[in-house]
Amino acid sequence: MNFTLKIWRQKNRNDEGRFVEYTVKDISPDASLLEMLDVLNNDLVRKGEDPVAFDHDCREGICGSCGLVIDGRSHGPNRGIATCELRMRSFREGNTIVVEPWRAKAFPIIKDLVVDRTSFDRIMYAGGYTSAKTGGVPDGNAILIPKHHAEEAMDAASCIGCGACVAACPNGSAMLFVSAKVSQLALLPQGQIERSERVQRMVAQMDAEGFGNCSNNYACEAECPKKISVDHIARLNREFIRAKVVG
Amino acid sequence: MKLESKIPAGPIEKKWDDHRFNLKLVNPANKRKYTIIVVGTGLAGASAAASFGELGYNVLAFSYHESPRRAHSIAAQGGINAPKNYPNDGDSIYRLFYDTVKGGDYRAREANVYRLAQVSNSIIDQCVAQGVPFARDYAGYLDNRSFGGAQVSRTFYARGQTGQQLLLGAYSALCRQIDARTVKFFPRREMVELVLVDDMARGIVVRNLVTGELESYSANAVVLATGGYGNVFYLSTNAKACNATAVWRAYRKGALFGNPCFTQIHPTCIPVGGDYQSKLTLMSESLRNDGRIWVPKKKDETRKATDIPEEERDYYLERLYPSFGNLVPRDVASRRAKEMCDKGHGVGPSKMAVYLDFADAIKRNGKAWIEEQYGNLFDMYHEITSEDPYKTPMRIYPAVHYTMGGLWVDYNLMSNIPGLFVIGEANFSDHGANRLGASALMQGLADGYFIIPYTIGDYLASTKFSPVKTDDPGFRESTKAINDMVNRLMSIQGTRTVDDFHKDLGKIMWEHVGMGRSEKDLKKALKLIPELRKEFWSDVKVTGKENDLNAELEKAGRVADYFELGELMALDALQRAESCGGHFREEHQTEDGEAKRNDKKFSYVAAWEYAGEKKKPTLHKEQLEFEYVKPSQRSYK
Repeated sequence: MNFTLKIWRQKNRNDEGRFVEYTVKDISPDASLLEMLDVLNNDLVRKGEDPVAFDHDCREGICGSCGLVIDGRSHGPNRGIATCELRMRSFREGNTIVVEPWRAKAFPIIKDLVVDRTSFDRIMYAGGYTSAKTGGVPDGNAILIPKHHAEEAMDAASCIGCGACVAACPNGSAMLFVSAKVSQLALLPQGQIERSERVQRMVAQMDAEGFGNCSNNYACEAECPKKISVDHIARLNREFIRAKVVG
Repeated sequence: MKLESKIPAGPIEKKWDDHRFNLKLVNPANKRKYTIIVVGTGLAGASAAASFGELGYNVLAFSYHESPRRAHSIAAQGGINAPKNYPNDGDSIYRLFYDTVKGGDYRAREANVYRLAQVSNSIIDQCVAQGVPFARDYAGYLDNRSFGGAQVSRTFYARGQTGQQLLLGAYSALCRQIDARTVKFFPRREMVELVLVDDMARGIVVRNLVTGELESYSANAVVLATGGYGNVFYLSTNAKACNATAVWRAYRKGALFGNPCFTQIHPTCIPVGGDYQSKLTLMSESLRNDGRIWVPKKKDETRKATDIPEEERDYYLERLYPSFGNLVPRDVASRRAKEMCDKGHGVGPSKMAVYLDFADAIKRNGKAWIEEQYGNLFDMYHEITSEDPYKTPMRIYPAVHYTMGGLWVDYNLMSNIPGLFVIGEANFSDHGANRLGASALMQGLADGYFIIPYTIGDYLASTKFSPVKTDDPGFRESTKAINDMVNRLMSIQGTRTVDDFHKDLGKIMWEHVGMGRSEKDLKKALKLIPELRKEFWSDVKVTGKENDLNAELEKAGRVADYFELGELMALDALQRAESCGGHFREEHQTEDGEAKRNDKKFSYVAAWEYAGEKKKPTLHKEQLEFEYVKPSQRSYK
């Protein structure tokens, strides 16, 4: 298959950035979008040009490294997959494909399509854990968990931290990401002790990083490669209010 | 050089307890005076760094990723073993120990494996406490499944995303320590050199992958948790960035490399599609619990799978191994698949695939049940191949997945270089010549949570340290060496890309040092690899600048190391003139095509010592003793 690509190129954080047009030929419909970029990059290197920088690693939709806005949508046109899982057969022959980085205040661009998502980590540092010390914990079966709670916690814990939710949100909000962690631990008995402190600290860090607020747009859920539900945002809000009122 | 494994004396079930008592302790108030560098923050590295932090050490953790959560441990699907015996099916620490030694085809250390089995139960408890949402039954208890060649159900799992959940658990423990300021995390840093002072590991040089700057860090001990080297083959189930550079640079500084030829080829991967392909995708072998593997009896079959009647199908694993059936260990399943395809029974466009069929399981348990068990795997398969595995069998073929070999370590997980510890897949480890399913996660976390926190204390408490600064000659020389290498790579400006060379190397490795190895092939590889390497150093083209984010330069450094490592793998495979586990030498097989070991001659760990540029490395042997599990021909019939 043949395509025209409009790719965002930006030398560094301070560079203005611009779209640059490329063409690629004879791409297999079974190749992934990232493999198509590999082909382009190898061509660019042979021509002595700087290849397009993009983050990627596992290429099977679980590490959360890759993340591109493709034709205006986080991770491209298909639902429930990451960019690395997007195959070229999803496009029409001769299409022009527009490829951009995540755009959000809290994700500064490092180079081309690579952004800095360490703001997510800093939110996690602010309480995205249970304070269980290595050793000194009870037997696994001493903590019984109703199956439906375990399943719902697992739904939330499936988050790969890619940032598609932020890129999709008109407010650049990280509510889906934060809610997935808060919700997972709020659903489990292990998370109860630090429940109030956790939600308050994580939300405060989220605000400090410059993420926007949630205005019930739900684009995050629509674009989430792991189909994480906005129900978790509702739980995050409940947890937050509960913490403020009950303490 | 004499290899001292430092295995404690006494009965096997008491060794670790006795050893722990004999280890020296660091006074709690003194721990903060010691700095430990941890390179790599996957399961092993994150759990180790978090545990060191909790103990009060000053920890510097490095990753080439932007976040510890991206490490490739995250992609492990199936599960983690622990002999809790919750299902009451006769499991025990001894049985897990026995299975692992046998599964590794008697090329692992008994004492290490026993310890691994011993601490594995605590891992489950630890992960549950962290909030890892393991699968549960309706009464709220932890659920187990049987996995990868085990006849008991000892595998704990979180859907098909167990590695993800365990890594996020270890990452959260690490986050807690970063929050507590006991651990400082350095993202997007790649270790390029190990620094020795007075023959002790005292620091590292890393390349800042954003600015290209070389940065030096000193410490009292260095822990490598940098994973395996399957990407030598170019196509593997490893993530793209997985590489051998950290362990290889340590090897070049004198650390011994143990059993480099022991590679695991995983039987259930999505077959190769075409030249564009950048990696292979694993389908968890838990699928073998309910899927049946078959090929058409007729050669060069052209009918669709669903059109081939039952009597014209060969369920060859069930036929050859009636008691284990589709659950035979990975090495056996892989080799048989290759054999079927080589004989002309392969399926799919490339004819290099076999079927994995769920029709019976769907009929038995219903589609909803299958969806609950394997939903995400089925979706993933569908996405990649555009075929619906609920309707038509999956096509699978073996692919490089894991490397049992790695840097040689003693019972304390310390290499032959004092102060250099190696944990997780990066060490030559506890898996012998073949790793059983659901045991990589187990080993990574065992090393990180429950072994190295004790053993490193003994080293720190019993060693006298001179003060080391990062402008000491050791650091300056290492930095200069890396600068020279970078300049050399950038100055070639040849005609072929790094990927071109890497693909060519991968083809040589897969064809000659892959699933079936022979003296002739290995010798050919030993000729072809240096030739290609020479070409690489005269014709590679690396664009961009060194003081910038430059993925081509990153790849070039890694591929340069793969050339040397690939050669060592071939050399090791050649000297090991026997078949064992994943190492199958065509010349050494039983009449019915099983691996034929030679315990008299090869019951040792091959530990290679670097001898200098273009010189043949020196082979050291650590003899393996089997006191408890007596070596026998593995039989899964």
